Amino acid sequence: MFHWLEKHPFFFSVGVFVVIAFAGLIEIVPNFAEASRPTIGTKPYTTLELTGRHVYIKNSCNACHSQLIRPFKAETDRYGDYSLSGEYAYDRPFLWGSKRTGPDLMRVGNYRTTDWHENHMRDPQSVVPGSIMPAYTWMYTNEADVDTAYAEQLTIRDFFSVPYNKDIPMKDGSYEQVVLADTLAGAQASALEEAKLVAADMKSKDIQDAVAAGKIPEIVALIAYMNSLK
Amino acid sequence: MENRPLEYDYTVAKMFMLTTVLLGIVGMLVGVILAWQLAFPQVNTFLGSGAAEYTNFSRLRPLHTDAVIFGFTLSGIFSTWYYVGQRVLKVSMAESKFLMTVGKIHFWLYLVGVAAVVVSLLLGITTSKEYAEFEWPIDIAIVIVWILWGVSIFGLIGMRREKSLYISIWYYIATFLGIAMLYLFNNMEIPTYFASGGIGAWWHSVSMYSGTNDALVQWWYGHNAVAFGFTVPIVAMIYYFLPKESGQAVFSYKLSLLSFWGLMFVYLWAGGHQLHFSTVPDWMQPMGSVFSIVLILPSWGSAINMLLTMKGEWQQVASSPLIKFMVLASTFYMFSTLEGPIQAIKSVNAIAHFTDWIVGHVHDGTLGWVAFMIMASLFHMAPRVFKREIYSKSLMNTQFWIQTLGVVLYFTSMWIAGITQGMMWRAHDEFGNLAYSFIDTVTVLHPYYTIRAVGGTLYLIGMFLFAWNMYKTMTAGRRVEENELQNASPMAA
Repeated sequence: MFHWLEKHPFFFSVGVFVVIAFAGLIEIVPNFAEASRPTIGTKPYTTLELTGRHVYIKNSCNACHSQLIRPFKAETDRYGDYSLSGEYAYDRPFLWGSKRTGPDLMRVGNYRTTDWHENHMRDPQSVVPGSIMPAYTWMYTNEADVDTAYAEQLTIRDFFSVPYNKDIPMKDGSYEQVVLADTLAGAQASALEEAKLVAADMKSKDIQDAVAAGKIPEIVALIAYMNSLK
Repeated sequence: MENRPLEYDYTVAKMFMLTTVLLGIVGMLVGVILAWQLAFPQVNTFLGSGAAEYTNFSRLRPLHTDAVIFGFTLSGIFSTWYYVGQRVLKVSMAESKFLMTVGKIHFWLYLVGVAAVVVSLLLGITTSKEYAEFEWPIDIAIVIVWILWGVSIFGLIGMRREKSLYISIWYYIATFLGIAMLYLFNNMEIPTYFASGGIGAWWHSVSMYSGTNDALVQWWYGHNAVAFGFTVPIVAMIYYFLPKESGQAVFSYKLSLLSFWGLMFVYLWAGGHQLHFSTVPDWMQPMGSVFSIVLILPSWGSAINMLLTMKGEWQQVASSPLIKFMVLASTFYMFSTLEGPIQAIKSVNAIAHFTDWIVGHVHDGTLGWVAFMIMASLFHMAPRVFKREIYSKSLMNTQFWIQTLGVVLYFTSMWIAGITQGMMWRAHDEFGNLAYSFIDTVTVLHPYYTIRAVGGTLYLIGMFLFAWNMYKTMTAGRRVEENELQNASPMAA
C-alpha cells in the first residue's frame, strides 16, 4: 500500500491529511460546548476593562505572566483558588501564558491595589527591589483605544451572544448586569466615568489632569482590567 | 535529448537562501537582546527611555519567536524545497514559466508579509496567541503565501519524471498540509471593524473561540506548529542532504516508512501535554503524556536511521564540518525528543511548566537541531547553486564549535534555572507556609540568565561567521566544475 501511495501524490496527501486531522477533531470537538459555559458569578468585561485588556495584550504581558492557577497547594497559597474552566468563558483570546517570568495574575485584583500598580508600572524596582520587569512609562502618556474595545463588545454580543445588558447570576443568588452603551459616544462616556473612579485612587498629577480633560491614559484602563481579575 | 543532464534552476532557492541568513541573524539578534534584558533589566532601554516602548522585553519577545520561526526556519524550508524538489523529482523549474512565476511571487509576497509582521509587532498589534500573533490582514497574506507554495509543490510533482516520491517529498507535503490545517483553524477570527459597522481599529479582530477552547485550539496549533515547522521539514532536509553529502544510502527504507507514518499519527495527539493541570478535560492530560512518550519511537526512528546511514563512514565526522553539523543536529534531535516526553509526564510537568526549563528545551531543539540542519543544508547547497567552492572549511569548523558551546551553555543554564525555580515555587517551611516570595525565585536566576545570554551571544557570533562564509563563497569561492559536485561538498581549507 505504501509503495502505491508513493506513486500517487493525491492519495498520499489525502492519507496524510486524514491521519493528522482526526486527533484534533477528537480532542477539541466533544467538549467544545461545555467548555464555553461560564461559571456562576463570571461577568463579561466592561468597556474600560476590555480596553485595558487590549493594553495588556498590546504589550504582551502574557509573555511573562500566566493567568492560570494550577490545583497545587503551593499555587493556591500564593495566588488564590485554582482556575475553573467557566471563569474564562468571556476571555477572547485566552491569556493563560506559557511562562512565569513574573507571578501569575489570574486573581491579582484580590491582593494588589490601584495605587500599587500605579507605582509599580512606572518603576518596578522601586516597589519590588530586584525585579527584572521593565518600566512601562509610555502607558502614562499614550491614550487608550476605547473605540476598538467597544467594537469588540458589539461583535461578541452579536456573534457569540455575550450577555451584555442582561441579568447575570451571582454567587449570592442576586443578579447583576454589565451595561453596554447603545452608541459609541455613550460607550466613551461610560468608560470615562469608570476611568474617573480608578484615577481617584491614583496619585499622579498628570493622570488626574488627563482624566479631568476627558482623556483615558492606557495605564488607567490597564489598572481597571487588572482590578477586575479576581 | 533524454541523455542531456537537467539544468536545475535555483533562482528562487537563492532568494530564500538570502532571507534565511538575514532573518536568522535578525531573529537571533533580537533573542540575544532579550536574554541580556532578563539578566540586566537596564538593557530594556538600550536605545534610551524615549524608545523604550519599542525596545523593551515584552514587545520584542514575539518578534524574536516569529522572526526565527517564520523568518529563518520558513525561509530555510522554502529554499531547500526549491532546491531539493527539482532534484528528487527530476524536473527543472526552468521547464515551467508558470511555476517560475509562482515561485517568484511566493518569495516577494513572503517578504512583504515579513515586513508587515515586524512593523505590526513593534507597534503592539498582536492577537497574543503564541506563534499566531498576526492580525487578520497578515493572516490572509500568509494563507496566500502558503497556497502559492502548495501550487509550487504540487505543480512540480505534477511534472515529475521520477514517479516514486522520495522520502523528503513526503515530509514536505506533510509540512504543507499540516501547517495549512493548523494555521487556518487557530486563526479563526472576526474583524471587529466590519462586524461593528466601522468602529475602532480596522486591523483588530476577536477570536472565534473563548477561554479553555481557545487555549485548546492554540496549543493544538502551538505544539503541532513545532511538529510541522521544526520537525517534519527538517527531517525532510536531513533525509536528502545527509545521504547526498556523505555518499551513503539511507540505512533503512522500512524504518523511514515507520517513522513517517508514526510521526504523522502520533504527533497531533501529544499537544495536550502543554495544558497539564489546566482546565482542559482530565482525560486529555494523561493522553497527552502517553502519546508524548510514544512519540519517542518515530522521532528516534528517523534520527537512528540517519545516524546508521553513516555506518562505516564515521571518519567523515572528523574530516568534514558539514557532516559534523548534520550528525550533531541528528543527535540533538534525539536528545530533544527524549527531553520533551520527560517534561510531558505530569509529575515532571508540575515542576517544569512555566519555568525556564521549557525555554531550554525549545532552544536545544531549535538551535541544536533545526538551525544546525538548516545551515548544513545551505552549506551543501551553496557550491551547487553558485558553482563555487565553500570559501573556508576552517571557518566552518570554528563556527561549529562556537555554536555548539553556545547551545550547551544555553540549555544547561536553563535546566538549572528551571528546576531551581520550579522547586522554589513549591517549597514550604516547617509551618506549612510558602518558603519563598516570588521575587526570591527571580533574583536567584541571575547567574543562569547571564550564562544563557553568553551562550546565545556565542551562537549569534556563529551566525555572523556563517553569513560571512556564505557571502564569500558566493562572491570569492573558487569556481568548480559539475564533476566536483557529486557527493562531499568542495571546500577550501
